[in-house]
Amino acid sequence: MTVELAVQSEPSCAAQPLRRTPFHAFHLRHGAKMCSFAGYEMPIQYAGGVLKEHLATRSGVGLFDVSHMGQIELVPRSGDVDDAARALEALVPVDVLGLKVGRQRYALFTGEDGGLLDDLMVARLPDRLVLVVNAATKAADENHLRASLPDGVEVRPLDRALVAVQGPGAEAALARLAPEAAGMRFMDASEIEVDGEPCLVSRSGYTGEDGFEISLAPERAEGFAEKLVEAGAVPIGLGARDSLRLEAGLCLYGADIDAETSPVEASLVWAISPARRAGGAREGGFPGADRILREMADGPPRRRVGLAPEGRAPVRAGAELFASEEGGEPVGRVTSGGFGASVEAPVAMGYVPATLGEPGTRLFAEVRGRRLAVAVAALPFVPARFKRS
Amino acid sequence: MLRFTEDHEWLRLDGDVATVGITTHAAEQLGDLVFIELPKVGATLKKGEAAAVVESVKAASDVYAPVDGEVVEVNDAAAGEPAGVGADPQGEGWLYKVRLADPSALDPLMDEAAYADFTK
Repeated sequence: MTVELAVQSEPSCAAQPLRRTPFHAFHLRHGAKMCSFAGYEMPIQYAGGVLKEHLATRSGVGLFDVSHMGQIELVPRSGDVDDAARALEALVPVDVLGLKVGRQRYALFTGEDGGLLDDLMVARLPDRLVLVVNAATKAADENHLRASLPDGVEVRPLDRALVAVQGPGAEAALARLAPEAAGMRFMDASEIEVDGEPCLVSRSGYTGEDGFEISLAPERAEGFAEKLVEAGAVPIGLGARDSLRLEAGLCLYGADIDAETSPVEASLVWAISPARRAGGAREGGFPGADRILREMADGPPRRRVGLAPEGRAPVRAGAELFASEEGGEPVGRVTSGGFGASVEAPVAMGYVPATLGEPGTRLFAEVRGRRLAVAVAALPFVPARFKRS
Repeated sequence: MLRFTEDHEWLRLDGDVATVGITTHAAEQLGDLVFIELPKVGATLKKGEAAAVVESVKAASDVYAPVDGEVVEVNDAAAGEPAGVGADPQGEGWLYKVRLADPSALDPLMDEAAYADFTK
């Protein structure tokens, strides 16, 4: 069997030396199996394994090292954050000017042809914006910001650790070290005292659960993580991070969305702010607006949808989708797929023609030469449990 | 006595029928198993061809036929409970039984000590 292949895809056999996060020793101490991801040596799983980690996050509290992601500050030289917000609006179809101090919003970098360059979070603090971008795209994003933003907005990449605490127990675990965290609601972002020092904390995540993301000085990372473990948090690797976000219907950049997919095709219209849509106060004015606003008006040719395999076999990324059990050309492709530990069944996402995108539509995914029935399914596969009020 | 292949399968010969499964080492490397596809009873296996599939949360892996022969029994209980194969891959978690075309086909395979050495 191809065990060696499965194993080889994990450890560090890359030509370039892999970067390590400030949590490296923590990972090894907690029995992590390390893998290469976006140029970093990251934990794919710990001793408990992916399924246990997935379920521990949904029922208790999971601890994720996400320090490989990019953290970038946009600082207005004028001192007026509206200047940075206005400048950033030229790159994203999102209302950044309307973002209140202490709030965070999901955003998208769009390209001139309307494809997606990255997805990101934007938080507004009293004196600056803070962006969190994907690990694999952070260098390109930084270049994009430097090339596109006016001189009046300084682009400062941050050398900070980033840790996510996710699950129904996240508030209780974090509040032991940061009492103010308990008063935050979904997508709040502010500097609060964490374990005696001010840190940027947001109530957000990538699992569909309530939770927080905490940006802190690298030298404090390990000690902070150990205290969270003492408070009951379970370390979670990238394996479970992927299955959690897939069940939550969240996109992975580079798999579900990329420079070819528009936000409309990607079913991310909800992330396009009313102020930037046709008829909005600041309609358009972002890269690719022609295509994106046209697709919003006329409908996109294809759409990202959830796919629920009828059998037990996982349907994975790359599988081609067909409209019928035999013959015909592929009509789409699976972009993420695996086993949903909480729904106890295989789950997937992919692109299908808009005409085949209604939930319940029966399609077929080709797996090992056979066509397996899958049903178009509403996303997410598990209901989100954010603390909205 | 168990025999082992370099592809991380084990075989136990009883007369001219060999029971086949994946090794404990393989199960540990694969992680949590979520799906198992077994050959059909009566199927003719050719050494080196994919005979079964085991899927973990991470990836799908083919289980190659270690010998030529005919499938005489499959472990349906294992297919219904993939986690059980991961828990006891060299016991209750066997995958299928094959009637060997040539019983001496097992001779070149590793014994337990040699396999332990191989996976070091």
